[in-house]
Amino acid sequence: MREISLHILDIVQNSVVAKATEIEVDICEDKKLDKLTVVIRDNGCGMSEEFLKKVIDPFATKRTTRKVGLGIPLLKMAAENTGGSLEIQSKEGEGTVVTAVFGLSHIDRQPLGDMAGTMLGLFTAYEDIRFLYKHKVNEKEFFVDTKEIRNVLGDVPFQAPEVYLWLSDFLKEGEEELNQMEV
Amino acid sequence: MKSLAELEAIRNKAKGSVNLRKDDNAVRIVVGMATCGIAAGAKPVMTALMEEVAKRNLENVAVTQTGCIGVCRLEPIVEVMVPGEEKVTYVKVDPKKAAEIISEHIVNGRVVTKYTIGAAQ
Ligand SMILES: Nc1ncnc2c1ncn2[C@@H]1O[C@H](COP(=O)(O)OP(=O)(O)OP(=O)(O)O)[C@@H](O)[C@H]1O
Ligand code: FES
Ligand SMILES: [Mg+2]
Repeated sequence: MREISLHILDIVQNSVVAKATEIEVDICEDKKLDKLTVVIRDNGCGMSEEFLKKVIDPFATKRTTRKVGLGIPLLKMAAENTGGSLEIQSKEGEGTVVTAVFGLSHIDRQPLGDMAGTMLGLFTAYEDIRFLYKHKVNEKEFFVDTKEIRNVLGDVPFQAPEVYLWLSDFLKEGEEELNQMEV
Repeated sequence: MKSLAELEAIRNKAKGSVNLRKDDNAVRIVVGMATCGIAAGAKPVMTALMEEVAKRNLENVAVTQTGCIGVCRLEPIVEVMVPGEEKVTYVKVDPKKAAEIISEHIVNGRVVTKYTIGAAQ
């Protein structure tokens, strides 16, 4: 993966496959701590302790088309390459929390990439899932709860052309504001 | 800054137009988004498809994602399901090809044979 946002997209797919109805994506860039932390929390089916132990090892997968799961091991490698770490907590029937910590200024840290586009794709592809997206850059924060958007829209789909374009601008603006130079 | 009030206005407008999206009549476009698909560039393909659908105001097209489609080396893979027609599988799709698939296949009803799995094998 070339960007952290692609790892996030990938890890969220796991939550979708696990039948989550609520998925939280939490990104925190902290210059003082020199850390970029990504937390993905879901209320999907979870994993047994035993299976969880194997998941970090690329030979664990429940998929049938390929013998190895790659998503989690790739993220672990990316995090560890920057002096960071990957941690997964999971409980069967309750959900899963994946936490990846990256060294913010580490030379091998991938760029975060296009979070606006990533979240837009997820919101619109999985309209029935409630997404809570939070991105913090030092003191600034951008937060979206798709339930609030859903409440406004009623049964008009996210993929309705005008809604889609609005969402796209909304997310882009939110992300841009985070990255404007602090004064 | 975008406001929810703005969104409300959009909703009121959209409500009036018929929505076939949830119907069986809708065209379904599915993008393979397993790890290998994402690594091969499925995300920009997904974005291009959705953007093109939105810009052309195609009301009865639903773009969705799926996990593994089973042929890693041909990712990114896009499947197009038009009701009453056979499923078409496009392989090694990029954003440019994605736009072409929308304009040719979805809008004009002509399968873009050169990008299909049949042409690749
Ligand atoms: N959020 C989750 N909830 C429940 N099970 C999970 C979750 N995330 C991962 N798993 C389990 O861990 C396995 C390994 O995940 P990983 O992302 O590494 O590979 P994969 O999803 O199987 O395949 P790939 O990501 O390569 O397409 C999954 O198959 C699934 O069984
Ligand atoms: S694992 Fe690559 S297409 Fe399924
Ligand atoms: Mg996975």
